[in-house]
Amino acid sequence: MKPAKEQGTSRAKGPAIDPSNDIEFRAVSKRYGDVTAVAGVDLAVPKGAFVALLGPSGCGKTTCLRMIGGFEQPTEGTVLIENRPMNGVPPYQRPVNMVFQHYALFPHLDVMANVSYGLRQMRPPLARTEVQRRSEEALELVRLGGYARRRIHELSGGQQQRVALARAIVNRPAVLLLDEPLAALDRKLRTAMQFELQTLQRELGITFLLVTHDQEEALSMSDFVCVMNAGRVAQTGTPREVYDTPNSLFVADFVGKTNHLSGTLEPGGVLRLANGVGLAVGGNGTGRVAVVLRPEAIRLHPEAAGRGFAGTVTHRIFLGSTVEYAVAADGLGDFLVTADRGKSDGTAEPGARVRLAFDPTALHLYPS
Amino acid sequence: MRAFVVAAYLFLYAPIALVVLFSFNAGRNASEFTGFSVEWYGKAFSNTFLVQALQNSLIIAFVSAVLAAIFGTMAAIAIERMSERARLVFDGLFAAAIVVPGVVIGIATLVALVTMLGLINPLIAGVWPGENPPRIGLGYFSVIAAHGLFTMAVVTMIVRARIAGLGRDMVEASGDLYATPFGTFRQIVLPQILPSIVAGFLLAFTFSFDDFIVAFFVSGSKTTLPMYVFASIRRGVTPEINAVATTVLVASLFLILGAHFLMRPRSNKPVEG
Repeated sequence: MKPAKEQGTSRAKGPAIDPSNDIEFRAVSKRYGDVTAVAGVDLAVPKGAFVALLGPSGCGKTTCLRMIGGFEQPTEGTVLIENRPMNGVPPYQRPVNMVFQHYALFPHLDVMANVSYGLRQMRPPLARTEVQRRSEEALELVRLGGYARRRIHELSGGQQQRVALARAIVNRPAVLLLDEPLAALDRKLRTAMQFELQTLQRELGITFLLVTHDQEEALSMSDFVCVMNAGRVAQTGTPREVYDTPNSLFVADFVGKTNHLSGTLEPGGVLRLANGVGLAVGGNGTGRVAVVLRPEAIRLHPEAAGRGFAGTVTHRIFLGSTVEYAVAADGLGDFLVTADRGKSDGTAEPGARVRLAFDPTALHLYPS
Repeated sequence: MRAFVVAAYLFLYAPIALVVLFSFNAGRNASEFTGFSVEWYGKAFSNTFLVQALQNSLIIAFVSAVLAAIFGTMAAIAIERMSERARLVFDGLFAAAIVVPGVVIGIATLVALVTMLGLINPLIAGVWPGENPPRIGLGYFSVIAAHGLFTMAVVTMIVRARIAGLGRDMVEASGDLYATPFGTFRQIVLPQILPSIVAGFLLAFTFSFDDFIVAFFVSGSKTTLPMYVFASIRRGVTPEINAVATTVLVASLFLILGAHFLMRPRSNKPVEG
């Protein structure tokens, strides 16, 4: 197995001028006094793509979004929208629209007036019939056709979210910015909206840039994920690349569930684990390494199977279609294992003796 | 405890109730009620001195409240955009303007105005081309200025509370939707803070209309209604004064109720489900 570090970055885009990029960050930094929110970010969002900025709170992802919207100016570097540098351009002159986290709808205006707001600001003014037609279209698109005359406070949270969406897409922006758009919705609505956002993005062909701290949201909807940590881009790639070949311990931990092991890499590509077992993992580094293993990469076998690491099931969590086990492996500590409910390994009871088996190529090694 | 509360409220409101009651007294004597009548209202409002004082008070209250509403709102918007530290300082200054006793405002304004006029009037006289240069003296303008200054603080406090409740999100959303800063103010901010501006105007009007102390110091030869009432009381409480007091009371109550109604919190929370 190759050290993961070199893999995930293959998709990362350099600051070279790409005519098909809708948004580009060139060495962008943002500092508030002594605090650095964004530190030298290079980023490219291709035209028509659905890109997610993923990271823990405080990683600078929202600041990046606000610099695109024009609510913050970079301390250093340049943000380009459709290849035009945006330094000093105020929000109202930028061809992007934002869906705010708390929607920021105008409570003194009804749904129609909220949705048509952007169109009514355009100079020279659009024809009244044009404004009306496009606003109605946008409301239909978010399935709020009959709600034009409702007041904002008469709508549910999910409906307010749709109004916020319609209010932004009605202007046909080059890029739609979404700031944690699903955070305020309950779980079921959130899943439904994930599908809807994806459909909407395909239908409209507008570039979507989503900011989220929810890795599931980022992985499920976007074409590209940009994982951020402490003001820097940690990894960029397709959801599959970021999940399967995380380039750092941080990305591995943040994107999906992980099991941690530690071991020593010995000459000849052998990984010596804490229980003394050596695994052939290839490569030629040496020294202590952090090892990460995804829960679904582990299979459970009955103890009698005789291969893999022995352990005892301590907990079983039923998740519907899958089952999660906590297994205390002898000499290696606790493991999290995900199994399909229908498969034979989905039936072990707490207290049962089992064996953990996994393919050594599923291990991700990081220098520690 | 309950008896104490009752006694306290009686002490506060019984004299006011008596004033209202005796304004409808048919007799002249303020100590016995001899029958219902509105003749004192008629008498009061055909008294030219009183009507002149009322007119002065209305003009002063209206103009000072308009000025307070305009400048108070502008100050509220400016303070909202200041840095944290500057905002604290100005909030403190505005709160101080409200709690400083009227006597202090009155005397300070009087000293300041007299000093200023002492400088300005010779200047005007110096550049005036003809004979008889105009002299600016105390009067409408000085009372309006003094009232406008302290009622502006009231407007600022009320409007500030509303602006703070608006949130930055909405202003940013408007900018994001291509509205210029002025467009955002006109279409988003102003409609939502208008009720609080009107409420501030009504309170400013009431404060100015009811003020005696500040006006007493700076009004010069002009007499406002509270000053007229004070002056005529020295000749004894007449039912006429009761009628005036009742009118002022009812008008003030309506203005304050109106302000209260406009300031009531409104929920923009989504409905559940």
